[in-house]
Amino acid sequence: MSLKARRTMIAYSFLTIPLLFFLCIRIFPTVYAFSMSFSPQYGGSFTLENYVKLWHDQVFWKSVWNTCKYVFITVPVQMAIGLLIAIAIERVRHFRWIYRMIYFLPYITSIVAVSWVWRLMFDPNVGFLNEFIGWFGIPPQNWLSDPKESLFCVCTVMIWQSMGFSMLIFMAGLKAVPKQYIEAAQMDGAGTWKWFWKITFPLLNPTIVFLAVTGVIQSLQTFTQIQNLTAGSGSSAGGPLNSTISIVVYMYKNAFQDFNMQYASAVAVVLFIIILLVTLLQLKILNRNFDY
Amino acid sequence: MKKRRIKGSELIIHLCLFAGVTIVAFPFLWMILSSFKSLSDFYSFSFFPHEIDLSAYKYIFHETGFLTWYMNSIIIAAVVTLSCLIFNSLIGYTLAKYKFPGVKVIFILILSTLMIPTEMLVIPWYVMGSKVNIIDSYSGIMFPGLIEAFGVFLMRQFMLGIPDDLLDAARIDGMSEFKIWWRVAIPQVKPALSALGIITFLGNWNAYLWPVIAVSSDNMRTLPVGISLFATGDGGGIQWNTIMGMSTLAVVPMMVVFLIFQRRIVEGISLTGVKG
Repeated sequence: MSLKARRTMIAYSFLTIPLLFFLCIRIFPTVYAFSMSFSPQYGGSFTLENYVKLWHDQVFWKSVWNTCKYVFITVPVQMAIGLLIAIAIERVRHFRWIYRMIYFLPYITSIVAVSWVWRLMFDPNVGFLNEFIGWFGIPPQNWLSDPKESLFCVCTVMIWQSMGFSMLIFMAGLKAVPKQYIEAAQMDGAGTWKWFWKITFPLLNPTIVFLAVTGVIQSLQTFTQIQNLTAGSGSSAGGPLNSTISIVVYMYKNAFQDFNMQYASAVAVVLFIIILLVTLLQLKILNRNFDY
Repeated sequence: MKKRRIKGSELIIHLCLFAGVTIVAFPFLWMILSSFKSLSDFYSFSFFPHEIDLSAYKYIFHETGFLTWYMNSIIIAAVVTLSCLIFNSLIGYTLAKYKFPGVKVIFILILSTLMIPTEMLVIPWYVMGSKVNIIDSYSGIMFPGLIEAFGVFLMRQFMLGIPDDLLDAARIDGMSEFKIWWRVAIPQVKPALSALGIITFLGNWNAYLWPVIAVSSDNMRTLPVGISLFATGDGGGIQWNTIMGMSTLAVVPMMVVFLIFQRRIVEGISLTGVKG
């Protein structure tokens, strides 16, 4: 056997199990999800009824609209706060690692656990927040039980947890800004503000794109926070009045509470298409060259 | 004069940063303090417990399966992480260092699975798992994560950096191909491997969506699933002190681990983050 053939054989022997895995656990289920979404709930052949039903389903559109809100509120805010903290930490000389550590802490802790901690803080009767705003003479709020406020409460928890990640990535990005640019700008007498907008900000472009894309994809998939902040004790996930329901929560409820897996698959396929579009957009932007 | 002005502005930044730290750390403080309160303490506001009440912890250890959940989480996260490290590095190595027909197709095939969200796969996984009867078991919870496309990608990128001469030298010495991967290639990518290990472990430790679907019996729950299901109902009404006790026990050890390996973890996450 030639050397080339031998090495090809070795390569394929290394790859057999992994390839089988990807085919059975990733590719096949994807096809399966699509085919389920075109099947009626109680057996039968190809049908579009799930998608027709979806089109007329108010709760589904509510979940899409809410998911958009999650994306457009949490992503810019967590990035802005992350950038602010990163710049502030860059500018001090002491306690840097302590700051970095504490700001990053929420990101590594369990979403379920911290969601319950926040749920306690939001609780209208025993929570800390009503007590706190009371000190400033603000009347108590219903927070998570008020349909007008609940979505913002969920957003707060999401931002609180992920801004540390933005900070970390921005700190890495700021380190990569060439020092001579900063020195040159300082020699030219550019003020801090001008220096930031003209030099640092454009150089952070790749970091910003990366954080925006990962942030968008992550908030499109929001589930755990909503489930743990709103479900239980008599209310159902995504409440009150579906004010916090997201696409994934709606899919979960259809599949595992109403056991309509086919309809839930249609919801999942829509989510997949949205995420695919975001990913393709990302590839397009990232392939554009950034000039240093 | 100039130096003092800089110091002044630095002080202001410190003050702002410190204010932020208070906001970020407060929920954790509140969680720990609340876990030492008695249930009636919750209805008369105070920062600190009126007296330290350990009933929440007694309840957790005696009346719930908390320790079992903890063990489940450790076992599942450890096995999945180990499997990911072995397979991802082997695939990454093969794709980076072997030239054979089909290598590009396989690489693109694996990469393309990155675009498939877990959320879409959980329903087929559940149906498939039920058919082969592994739902509600360790293997049922673990199987989707055993190999992971992002890790393959990351490993391939790092394996590309290993000089071919090094591998050829090992071949001349008569090492088997499998041994070359294990003995020569792996030591070269240790930092990337430890970074990958950390994020894989963290991700599985905190995983919720698939475990909550795949688990139905109490003694199969992972930590997040256990806390969530206990809190939303099977504890009978919301027992805030017990829930906060469970959260404390879940979060504080992670914080200690994070403190010890702070540098590694931060480097790992920014490394894999920027690379991804």
